[in-house]
Amino acid sequence: MLKTFAKGGVHPSENKLSAAEPINDLPIPPVITIPLGMHLGVAAKPIVQKGDEVKTGQLIAQGNGLVSANIHSSVSGKVLKIDKALDASGYKHDSVIIQVDGDEWLETIDLSKEISDTCTLSSKDIIQKINDAGIVGLGGATFPSHVKLSVPRGKKAKYLIINGVECEPYLTSDHALMLSKGEELLTGISILSRALRAEKTLIGIEDNKPDAIENLRKIAGKYNDISVHALKVKYPQGGEKQLIKALINREVPSGGLPVDVGTVVFNVGTAFAVYEAVQKNKPLFERIVTVTGKSLSKPSNFRVRIGTPVKDLIEAAGGLPEDTGKIINGGPMMGKAISAMDISVVKGTSGILILNKNESRRKPSEPCIRCSKCISVCPMGLEPYLLMTLSEKSLHERLERDKVMDCNECGSCSYICPSNRPLLDYIRLGKSNVGKIIRMRKK
Amino acid sequence: MNKLITVAPSPHIHSGLSVQKLMYGVIIAMIPALLVSIAFYGIGAIAVTLISIVSCVSFEFLIQKFILNSQVRISDGSAIVTGMLLAFNLPSNLPWWIILIGAMVSIGIGKMTFGGLGNNPFNPALVGRVFLLLSFPVQMTSYPVPKGVSTPYISNIEGFTGPTPLGILKEGLKNGTPVSDVMKELPSYLDLFIGKLGGSLGEIAGAALVIGMIFMLLRKIITWHIPVSIILSVYVFTGILHLAQPSQYADPLFHIITGGLLLGAIFMATDYVTSPMTPAGMIIYGVGIGIITVLIRVFGAYPEGVSFAILIMNGFVPLINRYIKPVRFGEEVSNG
Repeated sequence: MLKTFAKGGVHPSENKLSAAEPINDLPIPPVITIPLGMHLGVAAKPIVQKGDEVKTGQLIAQGNGLVSANIHSSVSGKVLKIDKALDASGYKHDSVIIQVDGDEWLETIDLSKEISDTCTLSSKDIIQKINDAGIVGLGGATFPSHVKLSVPRGKKAKYLIINGVECEPYLTSDHALMLSKGEELLTGISILSRALRAEKTLIGIEDNKPDAIENLRKIAGKYNDISVHALKVKYPQGGEKQLIKALINREVPSGGLPVDVGTVVFNVGTAFAVYEAVQKNKPLFERIVTVTGKSLSKPSNFRVRIGTPVKDLIEAAGGLPEDTGKIINGGPMMGKAISAMDISVVKGTSGILILNKNESRRKPSEPCIRCSKCISVCPMGLEPYLLMTLSEKSLHERLERDKVMDCNECGSCSYICPSNRPLLDYIRLGKSNVGKIIRMRKK
Repeated sequence: MNKLITVAPSPHIHSGLSVQKLMYGVIIAMIPALLVSIAFYGIGAIAVTLISIVSCVSFEFLIQKFILNSQVRISDGSAIVTGMLLAFNLPSNLPWWIILIGAMVSIGIGKMTFGGLGNNPFNPALVGRVFLLLSFPVQMTSYPVPKGVSTPYISNIEGFTGPTPLGILKEGLKNGTPVSDVMKELPSYLDLFIGKLGGSLGEIAGAALVIGMIFMLLRKIITWHIPVSIILSVYVFTGILHLAQPSQYADPLFHIITGGLLLGAIFMATDYVTSPMTPAGMIIYGVGIGIITVLIRVFGAYPEGVSFAILIMNGFVPLINRYIKPVRFGEEVSNG
C-alpha cells in the first residue's frame, strides 16, 4: 500500500490539464515590476536608484535583517522608478520597475549547458551562496532558504525531505521540472543534503505522476542516501507537516518546526534553484509557472522572469477566456484570487489558474447540520465547525485552547462542507485575532 | 481589463457535496427496509409512510412560511427523512390522525421550535414517536402480524394483531416462564432477521436495515462508530446477563435482531444533528445508548428501550462535544 498521512484530507478532481506540456520560455516583457516584499519576512532594501543601468542577475535589493532575502533584476535595462505597485496581496507595495533593454546577463553567471554535478563547497559556503542568490521556498510559502538551512544549535536535521507532491489540483510546474530537469534537481538536492549534513534524503511524489517518479528514481540510483517515494494522492500532502508524517511517520508538535523532529523540507523547485545558484552562480530571477484553467485554450508551463505581468502569461496561454470569473495566483485550494491582471509573477507564483464564472461562484451558506465531515477531513485534527462559531462570537480564549493556530489553512473543511459554510474564512479571522493577542502577550 | 472578476478567499473549489445529497442518500438507504415492510404489511405500510412523509413536509413548510416567515427549506430532504423515520417507528394499522399528530410533534416541537435543521437537540422522529407511545399506548403497541407468520402464542391470544417478540418475552418473564420456553413460542432467529415478526414498519426487517447501513457506510454518509458501538455494547451487556442466568435473560443475538435496535442504531442514532461530532464522542454516545437500552429492556417497565435510550443520550451530546476533542496532529506520535 502506498504511504500517505494518517489524518483527514480530501481528494479533489486533479485537473492536471498541462501535465503533458513542456516548459517553454515566456518572452521578456518591455517593462517589469519586481516587488521588494515577495518573500516571508522583512521586505528587501533597494540598492539601485532611478536611472541606474542593471544587468540580468544583478542584485537590486538587499535582504533586510535575519529573515529576508536578496532580490535580483530578472532583465537588463534601466530602472524607471522605485514605486508602490499592486501585488497579489491586493495591496500596493514597494517595487522596482525596470524598462527592459535586451537581455544581458551578469558575467559571473555560468551560461554553459553542461550539467555540473560535483560540489565540494563547505556547508557554510553553500548557505552563503544560497543567501546571495536570494532563494526562497518556491512551493508558495517563500520562506528564505538560507534561514531554513541554518539549523539552530542543539538541533539536527537528520532527514532532508524533498517535496515533489504538488497536491494542488491543476498545477504542474513541479511535475514539468521533475521530468525535464531531473539531473540538475538531484544535484541540487545533494547540495542541500551536504549543507545540512543530513543522513538520509527522501523525495515524496504522489503516484499520479508515475513518469516523474520513474525519472527521479533512475537518476537517484547513483546517490546512495537519496530515495524516491510514491505517495497515495491526497490533499494536502504537500503541507510540510503532512509530508513528514507520510514519509517518516513523525508529527511536528503544535507550534513547532520540522527541525523539531529532525527534518527540513524543501520543494523541488527550490532544490532546482539551489542547483543553479551553487553550480551556475545564477541568482533566483526566473521560475516555472503553470498557466491553466478549463476554459483556457492552451494550458501551459512557462519559464517566466520574475516581475512579468500576469496578463502576458495568460496571453501566451491563449488569452483570457470570455467566461472568466476568477484569476488565481496559485492553485484552487490555497491560491489567492487576484484583482488585476497587471500584477507581477513573483518568486512564490507556482501557477495562474483561470476559473470560469460558474466555478467562481460560491453557493449560499446554509445552517450547519453537524455532519462532522469538517472534523473528519481536517489534517490537523481540529474542529472547524466549532472554530467558525467561536470566531463569529469572538471567543478568543476558547479559540486558542481549541488550537486555532494549528490550522494550516488548507481549506479541506470549506471544500467538503455540505452546507457551503465559509469555515476557513472565519477560522482565518480567528487566527488573525488570536495571533494578535499572543503577540501582545509576549511583549 | 474591463471585466469584473471575483476576488474571494480560498478554497476556490467545492466538493459538490450538499445537504440534499446526504439526505437523499439516507432515503435511498431506507428503501430496502420500506420494501420489506410493504411485502409483509401490504397497503398499510404504504399508507402510513406516505401520510407521515406528506404531513412532516407540510408541517415544515407551513411553519417556515407562515409562522417563522423564514426561507422555506423543505427541498433539503430532511423533513422527508424525519417522515420516513417516524413511519418506520409506527405500526402499519395506525389511524391516520394519530400519524398526523406524530408528524406535528416531530416537526413542530422536535425540530422547528429549536430553529429548524441543525439546531434541534433531540431526534425529531423519536420525539414524535415517544409522544405517541405515551399518548396512545394501545394503538402504538398492538402490531399487525406480518403475513405468513403464525405462532400459537400470537394467534391464540391476540388474533390479528400481536405484540412484538420483546413484548412477548417481557410478558412471559413476568408470568414466570423461563426464557427457553418463551423462545419456543417465537419464530426462528433467521425468520426474525428477515422480517417475520410483529413490530413497527421499519423495525421488522433486520437484514434490509443492514443493507441500508452498508450503503450509507460505502457512500460515507455515516461512519461505523455509532451503529457498531451500540450493537456491540448491547451484545456484550446482554451476553454477560445471559451467561450469568440463562433462564432469566435472553441471549444477546435475540436482543440485537428484535425490537428497534437495528433501526435505532443504524438510522436514528446516526442522525447528524443529534449525535456527537468526534469519533471518540460517537463511541461514548453509542455505548451509552447500548447500555441504557438493555437497562430499560431488562429491568424497566417497557419491553423496548432504544427510543428512550437515544433520546437520553441526545441530551448528553452537547456535553460530549464540549469535552471529547479529536486527537490533534502532533499530539499522539512520540517522535524519537
